[in-house]
Amino acid sequence: MSEATQTKPKENKNIKIVKDATCTFCGCVCDDMELTVDLDEHRITKAKKACVLGRAWFYEHTLEDRPVVLIDGKEASLEEGIVTAAQILVDAKFPITYGLSDSPCEAQRVAVDIMDTINGNIDTTTSVCHGPSGMAFQGVGESTATLGEIMNRADLVIYWGGNPAESHPRHFTKYAVTPKGMYIPNGKKDRTVVLVDVRKTPSTPVADIFVQIKPGKDFEVLWALRALVKGKKISDNIEAETGVSRELLDDLVNRMKNAQYGVLFLGMGLTMTRGRHFNSGAIYSLAADLNEYTHFVAKPVRGHGNVTGADNVVSWQTGYPFGVNFNRGFPRFNPGEFTTSDVLARGEADAAMIIASDPASNFSKKAIDHLKKIPVITLDAKETHTTKISKVRFAVATYGINTGGTVYRMDDVPISLRPAFDSPFPSDQEVLEGIRNHVKKLLKGHKARVAA
Amino acid sequence: MSSELQIINGRVYDPTNNIDGKVQDIYIKDGKIVDKVSSSATKIDAHGMVVMPGAVDIHCHIAGPKVNLARKLLPEDHRLDIHPKTAVTRSGTGGIVPSTFATGYRYATMGYTTAMEAAVPPITARHVLEELDDTPVIDKGFYVLLGNNAFLYKLLKEGRKKEFKEAIAWWIDSVHGYTLKLVNTGSDELWKGRKNANITDVNETIDHYDITPIHVIESFIEAAHELGLPHPPHIHCNNLGHSGNISTTLDTMKAAQGRRVHMAHVQFHSFGGELNKNPVSGVRPIIDYINNNENITADVGQVMFGKATAMTADAPLAWMLRNVKFNKWVNADTECESGCGIIPFSYQESVYTHSLQWAMGLELFLMSKDPWRVLLSTDHPNGGSFMNYPKLIKLLMDSAYRQEALQNVNQKAIGKTELRDLKREYTLNEIAIITRAGPAKALGLTNKGHLGIGADADITIYTEEEDKEKMFNAPRYVIKDGVTVIKDHEFATDHKGKILHSKPGYNADIAGEIEPFFEDYYSVKFNNYAISDDYLHDHEVIPTHPNQS
Repeated sequence: MSEATQTKPKENKNIKIVKDATCTFCGCVCDDMELTVDLDEHRITKAKKACVLGRAWFYEHTLEDRPVVLIDGKEASLEEGIVTAAQILVDAKFPITYGLSDSPCEAQRVAVDIMDTINGNIDTTTSVCHGPSGMAFQGVGESTATLGEIMNRADLVIYWGGNPAESHPRHFTKYAVTPKGMYIPNGKKDRTVVLVDVRKTPSTPVADIFVQIKPGKDFEVLWALRALVKGKKISDNIEAETGVSRELLDDLVNRMKNAQYGVLFLGMGLTMTRGRHFNSGAIYSLAADLNEYTHFVAKPVRGHGNVTGADNVVSWQTGYPFGVNFNRGFPRFNPGEFTTSDVLARGEADAAMIIASDPASNFSKKAIDHLKKIPVITLDAKETHTTKISKVRFAVATYGINTGGTVYRMDDVPISLRPAFDSPFPSDQEVLEGIRNHVKKLLKGHKARVAA
Repeated sequence: MSSELQIINGRVYDPTNNIDGKVQDIYIKDGKIVDKVSSSATKIDAHGMVVMPGAVDIHCHIAGPKVNLARKLLPEDHRLDIHPKTAVTRSGTGGIVPSTFATGYRYATMGYTTAMEAAVPPITARHVLEELDDTPVIDKGFYVLLGNNAFLYKLLKEGRKKEFKEAIAWWIDSVHGYTLKLVNTGSDELWKGRKNANITDVNETIDHYDITPIHVIESFIEAAHELGLPHPPHIHCNNLGHSGNISTTLDTMKAAQGRRVHMAHVQFHSFGGELNKNPVSGVRPIIDYINNNENITADVGQVMFGKATAMTADAPLAWMLRNVKFNKWVNADTECESGCGIIPFSYQESVYTHSLQWAMGLELFLMSKDPWRVLLSTDHPNGGSFMNYPKLIKLLMDSAYRQEALQNVNQKAIGKTELRDLKREYTLNEIAIITRAGPAKALGLTNKGHLGIGADADITIYTEEEDKEKMFNAPRYVIKDGVTVIKDHEFATDHKGKILHSKPGYNADIAGEIEPFFEDYYSVKFNNYAISDDYLHDHEVIPTHPNQS
């Protein structure tokens, strides 16, 4: 522990202050929290600098009185849980693992190892959020920046298809709208903020310009902007088609081309609506095109605390960011085929390990129905729909509150966590390492599972 | 547990210890070379084989954010080159930017046991250490990008040389780097702040800082000299790839004023001709300067025909390449520290500039008078994959093969070089120098690149073949830390290498100077920036040797 952590008694209570702690609730991964921890009550009583979501994340975390492991609903030891889980995975012909975006990289690395060992399928929540942006990236690349660079330089900030005021409250105040930066001495006064969405949201008031487009017309508007940036003609019907006037488009193009340093933030309003990776590809291409006139970057506003870490880990270990299959003894990538919702909906998987996510609450009915038919192993700090249908359920410690590890902010900046207080529950990493070691033990003496 | 190994009857090439093809035995105990072992030691009969130290790559790009962005960018390349697991090794994907496991294993199958990642923005060093921990077999370290660092520029602007030196040491130590790296010095501010502009002259003033790139370069060389880093500043010069950039390269080398510097991928900086016109070879003045100045080491950055990926902290360069074909392009700005550009690329025999670069790299090797200072690299993956090294070795060792290869490339380009007249053939001893002893010496790795008593037992054993590409493509044995990792061409076991880093000393007060800058201009807290030792796993500190100012 560094000098950032001090313990001091206060009113006969064991109070600990953790400075520069990190909030892992969303992809902003703000690392400037000051947490007041009541060590007797095992809870965080104050989270200075946290936003409304962060405060809920910290304050509502308590050590629930529940068994570390349940097997078929019956309490069991950690060791029994590990042995049973490993046996399920080894016996399966098409085991899958899914989730990972609320686990530190250290645990994610072990999860990929397990799937590599048993020829399973690994996928993360990226496949249901910014997976399309990942695919667009493969197609056209991306001009991007760390959030600090945007804070220091961006004088034109455009949010497209997102509502950060509710989903990432400090995105505005810590990184991209109000903070002062090296070449933005007056903060928001030195920036023009544009918000593009299909409806007004609590984020709208922050914008100098609000562009309301017809639902499902993102691609058309982006493509029209690309044409106008290059000085090409567009349809006279653009307003009827998209809801955005030609004058407004011209004004936007003018502002974009004349900005000193522009940024386009894209939200799930682009990636999870009609067009998906075409929408992300269009916005990445627009940002690239604009570099012929000025400096321009784009950045997906990622959701979960370490979904960016999951993308990174799966990429460095396999070459692909999500939806990776090891059935043949080497990684293959095919979204739509190896993405979990599809694997389940087709009824292919015969065992599933779900880590820190809740597919039983948000996948398609077909996928959930299949999930209910197969043995499911869950690792989660909380009770969820998925933990309720699991055969082996591990209650784990919460990353960033009870355990350390590495998380990647939405801009790929890696940050080490400072846990606030200990938990009686094991970490994801400990459980996964236990499963991995037991899987390897079960397979010892067998030939590596490679393609026939 | 003590493990002993004895390699008998092999023909040994150990240039550091003046052993040039002598048949002698090598003894290994507990991961080190020793002078004798007990009679129960495991024996490897290397009769008819060549024994060399494990090879050392002084400049490559194998881990970290830019490498991972390139991996994500190239699924079409991965699927053509699968890397299946074995009973003892992990799976992965290959291609021009392999996954971490494939990278480590493939380096080992080339006989390489050490590789240095050449460009890391310090804010991302945690990521690099995580990837290096997943890069098996080889030992590895990384160079810290400091040449466009906003805080260090501020100190130089204020003329605070002492604090400048302290801050450099703080940065290298805080992120567990090996040495400092300069890339297109001064360009970041223009790229990010002046609508994608670039530095064109090392004597122009950098926006906002009232200092010139050459002044920055000189200051880093001086500070690194005083700190006594194991490897001097590793410099990617300004004006990479621009016709006539030899004047910039010569100015940069002269700025060293006799102090040690390493010139990275010098082929890319040896262009003659006039700006905005077709380049010609400018190798002669560059190699003459290197030959005559012992303070300079260089790696060649050979271009090999086929796939490559431009992957660089030199963002304006990647932008220039982007505007050739308008294919997919990545740019990534790192706050206060660096830029980055990535472009998938291929070098083609029919293209004038590509053939010229290929020939220029070979000129550098063949006109070098000191193999200890002109070292083998392809600047992987910028000039081509490290998997090309065996072919490159054959080009250097076999003049007839080279003359034949020369017929199949752009002849106009060859006409602008001296390559047709260069008949030199590298000997095995010289190959051992440019791939082992030389890079180890330039890096200050006294336990690597040789087979003397006390050296790390990193050893490669090749079956001797007339065809040197075939020979270097598949060592019969690779021994790492005394463990036989590859036996009869197959992986016998997995192995984890270690992190190599330096710990230059500094006055702790410098942290108090840096912290307020972080509060104003960084998006992470100062207190969360330095990297804990947990990320190092198995590691070794390579000592510094400070010099008086």
